[in-house]
Amino acid sequence: MNVLVLILLLLGAGVVAWFSERVSTKLPNWIALITFVATTLWVLVIWFNGPDAAGLYASLRHEWIPRFGIELHLRVDALSLMLIGLTTFLGIIAVVSSWTETKTRHGFFQFNILWVMAGVVGVFSAFDLFLFFFFWEVMLIPMYFLIAIWGHEDKEYASMKFFLFTQISGLLMLVAIVALVWINYNISGTLTFDYFELKNANLDSATARLLMLGFFIAFITKLPSVPVHTWLPDAHTQAPTAGSVILAGILLKTGAYGIIRFVVPMFNEASQEFWIWGMSLGVVSILYGGYLAYSQTDFKRLVAYSSIAHMGFILVGVYSFSKLGTQGAIITMIAHGFSTAALFMMAGALQERLHTREMSKMGGLWVRAPRMGAVTMFFVVASVGMPGLGNFIGEFLVLIGAFQKSVVLTVFAAIGIVVAAVYGLSLMQRSFQGVPNPDVPKMHDFAFREMSVMVLLMIALVWVGIYPQSLLQMTAPLLPGLLD
Amino acid sequence: MHLLWAIPALPLAGFLILLLTEGRLPRSVVSSIGAGSVGLAALLTGYVAWQVMSSDSAPFTSSSWTWMIVGEFNVSFRLFVDELSLVMVGVITGVGFLIHWYATGYMSEEEGYSRFFCYMNLFVFAMLMLVMGDNLLLLFLGWEGVGLCSYLLIGFFHKVPEFGYAARKAFVVTRVGDTFLIIALFLLFHQVGSLEIQQGLIFARENMSDASMMNTIICLLLLGGAVGKSAQVPLQTWLPDAMAGPTPVSALIHAATMVTAGVYLIARMQDYFMLSQTAMLCVAAVGLVTLFIASFTALVQSDIKRVLAYSTMSQIGYMFFALGVGAWSAGLFHLMTHAFFKALLFLASGSVILAMHHEQNMFKMGGLWKKLPIPFIAMLVGSAALVALPLTSGFFSKDAILLKAWKSDSEFATLFWVVAVIAAFLTSLYTVRMMVLTFFGKPQSEMHELKKESLWHPNRIRTVVPFGLLAVLSIAGGWMGFEFTSDLFGDKGVHAELHFDLIAFLTLGIPFAGIVVGYFVFASDLIDRRNLIKNKMSELLSKFWGNGWGFDWVYDTFVVKPFRFIAQTRLNRNDVVDLFFNLIKFLANLFHHILSMFQTGHVRWYAFTMLGGLLLVLLAVVWV
Repeated sequence: MNVLVLILLLLGAGVVAWFSERVSTKLPNWIALITFVATTLWVLVIWFNGPDAAGLYASLRHEWIPRFGIELHLRVDALSLMLIGLTTFLGIIAVVSSWTETKTRHGFFQFNILWVMAGVVGVFSAFDLFLFFFFWEVMLIPMYFLIAIWGHEDKEYASMKFFLFTQISGLLMLVAIVALVWINYNISGTLTFDYFELKNANLDSATARLLMLGFFIAFITKLPSVPVHTWLPDAHTQAPTAGSVILAGILLKTGAYGIIRFVVPMFNEASQEFWIWGMSLGVVSILYGGYLAYSQTDFKRLVAYSSIAHMGFILVGVYSFSKLGTQGAIITMIAHGFSTAALFMMAGALQERLHTREMSKMGGLWVRAPRMGAVTMFFVVASVGMPGLGNFIGEFLVLIGAFQKSVVLTVFAAIGIVVAAVYGLSLMQRSFQGVPNPDVPKMHDFAFREMSVMVLLMIALVWVGIYPQSLLQMTAPLLPGLLD
Repeated sequence: MHLLWAIPALPLAGFLILLLTEGRLPRSVVSSIGAGSVGLAALLTGYVAWQVMSSDSAPFTSSSWTWMIVGEFNVSFRLFVDELSLVMVGVITGVGFLIHWYATGYMSEEEGYSRFFCYMNLFVFAMLMLVMGDNLLLLFLGWEGVGLCSYLLIGFFHKVPEFGYAARKAFVVTRVGDTFLIIALFLLFHQVGSLEIQQGLIFARENMSDASMMNTIICLLLLGGAVGKSAQVPLQTWLPDAMAGPTPVSALIHAATMVTAGVYLIARMQDYFMLSQTAMLCVAAVGLVTLFIASFTALVQSDIKRVLAYSTMSQIGYMFFALGVGAWSAGLFHLMTHAFFKALLFLASGSVILAMHHEQNMFKMGGLWKKLPIPFIAMLVGSAALVALPLTSGFFSKDAILLKAWKSDSEFATLFWVVAVIAAFLTSLYTVRMMVLTFFGKPQSEMHELKKESLWHPNRIRTVVPFGLLAVLSIAGGWMGFEFTSDLFGDKGVHAELHFDLIAFLTLGIPFAGIVVGYFVFASDLIDRRNLIKNKMSELLSKFWGNGWGFDWVYDTFVVKPFRFIAQTRLNRNDVVDLFFNLIKFLANLFHHILSMFQTGHVRWYAFTMLGGLLLVLLAVVWV
């Protein structure tokens, strides 16, 4: 029951926030913030209460469109709970980071943020494929608005690109879902969209391969992986800060989640055969994304490309078909959510202060704003993969898992660690170190509002870095179901 | 032993306090926290050392808690201390404390005082984790941690872009080595099924055979990691540039502790290396080549810190060489004595540099012995140990290495020994040159006015005491450490017998020969130095040596520049892959334009085309 209430709460708060603008322009912010804080606390309570005997934290199953065997089937297991927690938590970060950024239509802005999040929570908990696809679309439209209305100079281009990429790949998934349901109907005689029923469908290997590809392409577009990644740098660069935080922190994770939850378990044999492609795409993403990150001169674009590199580790981990790799991929999802959210927030904070994202117009900012410098250093170091912080755990587990599968690909993926150091440190140098740029006006440092969320994110990363076991032990029981 | 955790926890606490107060504490408090935490850790180390020595239950392990468990993969936070780590911990906390103490004076007039000690304490913590971790992942945590601190401290003066470059270079180059190390970790886990060091060593002893290819690969990967961290050929190029950091940083990180991490790693994984002739040969060769190259380079540097940097490189080369020829204890012994005297040399040079307005060029110094007597004496003591004059600590350790090399059963023993002895000769030569240029001859430029009240004044207690203690260790550390380190690996016997043969005599005499030749070349008027430099050959040679034998040039030309060049091309920056999607967009646009040409809004045009279409259809019908 819980989850549906959570989703409805987010949807409802969105509507309220929209209309509350008539009272005050600050009110929508507060409504969104309170909603996210409340939902985060709620998730924590569910977390601490622990799962039931079946390993579920919440579940709901109800008829929706019985004519087509479509059900309202929501389940929250450990993986879903973690990601829902990440979603509501980053909701707080997103709202706070955009607190002063929006100048127009404050209510509608928060409406969109809340609705994206509702869609995401749905995606992370839907166990009916039709419902899943429904939520997949729900999260897309508000995101499109966020970029198209509150974006920066090139917002029309970026939002349209984002929309087309997601929509076309989503269409492939829809086709695959319908085909899967139809084939299953022909074999078993029941018309159902249920995850578990379809997982056990008896497909011949050629069909399975084809259907698997439909899902796979949709998910790696969202992830994104090379070669369908090109929407991401544009979308990120143009999106408002909250949009980038949500996009990188959570929306990319829906792609990873889709692969872990749907592609691998539902088309297990086809995926096993496919491992070398999955892993190779991951490695190419790591190296290509890393190199392109180094090439950028735009702070935000650099971080966007670094996301592609980090997401590459997820593919490598999942397609290693090992416990270590899958656990590493899950940890990477969480840790990357924290670290990139922070870096995008930093990019937003800089843009708000300097009205530019160009690093050639920065330089020496440490002198002006030492706190911002130190905070950026922390998150750069985290994303470079420093042991003791979350990202390292994820990437290390991915690599050690992948090593058992393919030495060569792992070695290439490991080279990504060096590349990460190159672009990470160059980001630091070009923005915060070096001779202070005389053209930069006085810049105020982080104060309580921004610093407090940054500290939250830092604590989160340290926690994942030195006590990953708290997450690993939660997902460990799921692994057999996911891998086999 | 629960107390073990307190040793790294102290500097960690110092780091956290300094971090969270964001530089708002008064400097005196910062000094007490920064240096005090390391001092306390040193005292605790003393206590632990006494425990270890007086009990038979060594090695000690601490309490542990889980880091992560995934299936069979299981690592925890646990510390492990045996004699080997104790030597390292002693050097890190002991020498580290003296350097911290000195730094409270040295850094007293710099901005970012609190930030400096914050980084320094983090470094000490990370370094302690490196040598105390009982599994390789914990070691790797420390390994990366010290690399990070090295980066932060080299670029401490972050307004200077060159320093930033040096810092990034250090981080990236060592990270190349780290990648080898992490792959070694994967391979070890794959083989052993665990990352625990002791378990791995047992596995090596029991399951690996001498000729095992796998074992050799593991060793070479570990060596790759060690080479990066310890600035050995071919990943040595970052160390001279790392001298951009404040001098106490050079003393602590780039002389006494971090750069010796590679030696520690190999010594720690001894059982693997012992099984592989090839790997041992590679270790020795790496050490020897570095030793040789760095000694020549040190000979033609003009920057006093760069001389010391190349000297460090070459001394670590000795340590690698020692490990490679099986002189394990001697190598570790040299690590310890080198930490003493090189820290002393760096700190003394730091005082000189401050007194000379941050001038590091020795050609602009000269005649300083009278004005800076305390740094002079300190440097003299350090130099004596560096060139291995008899009865100094450096003598004991270097002599042990050379003798062991001579007696090693490698087929290259003689060659090894000859090269090592030549390098010892060169060591004397460049040391004499450094001392002469800095302290003797005519003053070449004005000195800073030394004010009594400035905290960095060489006569103040925060300088004199660290100098004094390090000087005592540089001299007496040899006799004291002798007992302790000679049996680290159960390979004693080299020192037990005294040699009076030709070889022993030669090793003993080489430093003196170097000093005498050095005196004639650099100090006396008997040889015209100008003529020596003037001819073309020596000009070329000195340029070649001075640039570190062209390694930087090769890396720049073949790696860094192409990497940058491609990165900056527009095609690449705008993402080549996007070309494909833009092509789709272009085609869509094209068809849109072609089709929209038919939509003109003129009725006659529509009527005409309708008619035309009708005709076409009719024709088609008639025809077909």
